[in-house]
Amino acid sequence: MSLDLHAPVMVAAGCGGTGRELASYGALSRLGGFVTRSITITGRPGGPSPRILETPSGLVHAVDLQNPGIDQFLALELPWLLQQEARVFVSVVGRTLGEYAELARRLGRTPGVAGIEVNLAPPDAAGVFDVREPFHAASVVAAVHRDLPRGMPVLAKLRSDVLRVAESARSVLDAGADAVVVGNALPAAMPDGRRAGLSGPATRPLALRCLVEVVAALPHATVVACGGITTTDDVRAALGNGATAVQVGTALLHDPTTAHRLLAEIEEDTA
Amino acid sequence: MTTTAPERTPLHVAGELLATRRIGAYHHLTVVAPGVAERFRPGAFVAVSTGAERLARRAFWIHKVKTSGGYGATLELVVEARGPGTTWLVGQAPGTTLQVTGPLGRPFALPSEAVPCLLVGEGYAAAPLFPLAERLRERDCAVSLLVAGSDEAHLLSALEARRSARAVTVVTGDGSVGQRGTVGDVVGEVLQRSGAAVVYAAGSVTTLHAVAAAAEAAGAWSQVAIEQPLTCATGLCQGCPVPVVGESGAQRLVRACADGPVLRGDRVVWDELMAP
Repeated sequence: MSLDLHAPVMVAAGCGGTGRELASYGALSRLGGFVTRSITITGRPGGPSPRILETPSGLVHAVDLQNPGIDQFLALELPWLLQQEARVFVSVVGRTLGEYAELARRLGRTPGVAGIEVNLAPPDAAGVFDVREPFHAASVVAAVHRDLPRGMPVLAKLRSDVLRVAESARSVLDAGADAVVVGNALPAAMPDGRRAGLSGPATRPLALRCLVEVVAALPHATVVACGGITTTDDVRAALGNGATAVQVGTALLHDPTTAHRLLAEIEEDTA
Repeated sequence: MTTTAPERTPLHVAGELLATRRIGAYHHLTVVAPGVAERFRPGAFVAVSTGAERLARRAFWIHKVKTSGGYGATLELVVEARGPGTTWLVGQAPGTTLQVTGPLGRPFALPSEAVPCLLVGEGYAAAPLFPLAERLRERDCAVSLLVAGSDEAHLLSALEARRSARAVTVVTGDGSVGQRGTVGDVVGEVLQRSGAAVVYAAGSVTTLHAVAAAAEAAGAWSQVAIEQPLTCATGLCQGCPVPVVGESGAQRLVRACADGPVLRGDRVVWDELMAP
């Protein structure tokens, strides 16, 4: 089964707030999907300030997965998103395989969720399940897949590691993922040494290489491109190199209308 | 289907820089941003892009909203050039296109009755207090003003202050204008003299803490406009956490940009906010 999106532009995890903030600038229902910030079993307060710093054409971030936890998310945030008729993909992170399975069970019995995105490589998070090798990634995806009702898509968001990304993609697809998202923020550090992620246009050529590697190794896989996508040419490059859709993240922090603008421009291409 | 009335939602527009004037240590920028000025309420701010390579937005208080012939409503922003983004911004020629998002954030809440109010502003952060003073006077509130700065150059519109308030106190760090000292030195006494029921403040975290403490001691409400370094300024990135105590007594984090910038002074957990 592959991913059924009505539009090729999605909001990337962690860059759309709760959705309400973004909705001021365009209807969420227009987009191919809204990926939530990563949700965990119990809420996380996030890291200390400063959390985000500007680097040339990039942002270094150490938010450390601040989120209200699955209960509050389901009670306070998801209903509003569904009311907007957004296609909601819930990003999840667990400390253990058991937590991933529990998150899948909770979301699998929640009506309206369009799919789950498994965040396999949050570069700034402490104390989460350590995905080092492709088989670790596969075991997470298998744990999530096993506890979901048939037909609910699983997206696996991989680390932008050029050397291992194709192998990782193969492993997670074998384990039941319906699509891979390539790729996550790059591992980086804040000036004081705290673990962090690097995102934005600075990471785009590397993310594109990861996409190319995955598509070359797995020509039939459904691949969603993510990483520094900012302009219409970036979207064209990703789709031209075999991506089914793109996710827009950091660019939204610079211009909250980016996702809608790119979608309108890409639709003109195909019209 | 949206929960907010459309006229309250922020806009993202291509604006135009009309003029830049240097006054003391600050630059006053006049910007046309269609629709943004019309939606303005005191305490709201705008985010401005400073080039495509600098991804974080720069946030500025809205100082004035004016109707100038031919342009519709314009915004006046007060900018202190202190980093690459703000330095770029104050160096732009009139006619430059600026990506402007706003008005953003929760503005100052106005009292429903005519009560005496004290407004405390430090440096460029005093900017949103002048339009606030006008709104309060329209409601027959007696407005007292306390403006502060490190020296005369960092004192915003002290002359204008005398027009918009019943009583004005000025403090500077070097004593070049008014009393020598800080807000913390004088706010308790000024508050008592004004008999204010509500204190509105904008400035550094240290100053806001002093104001909130003085208000609490005097039994007054305080509304503080908190300034944190912002990345997106629109509530998307979770980069500007402020610890607060909610109605239930439980502590939680709110976003300075989207849940603030104006917060109740007695709700902020100051010790944690000021911790390095």
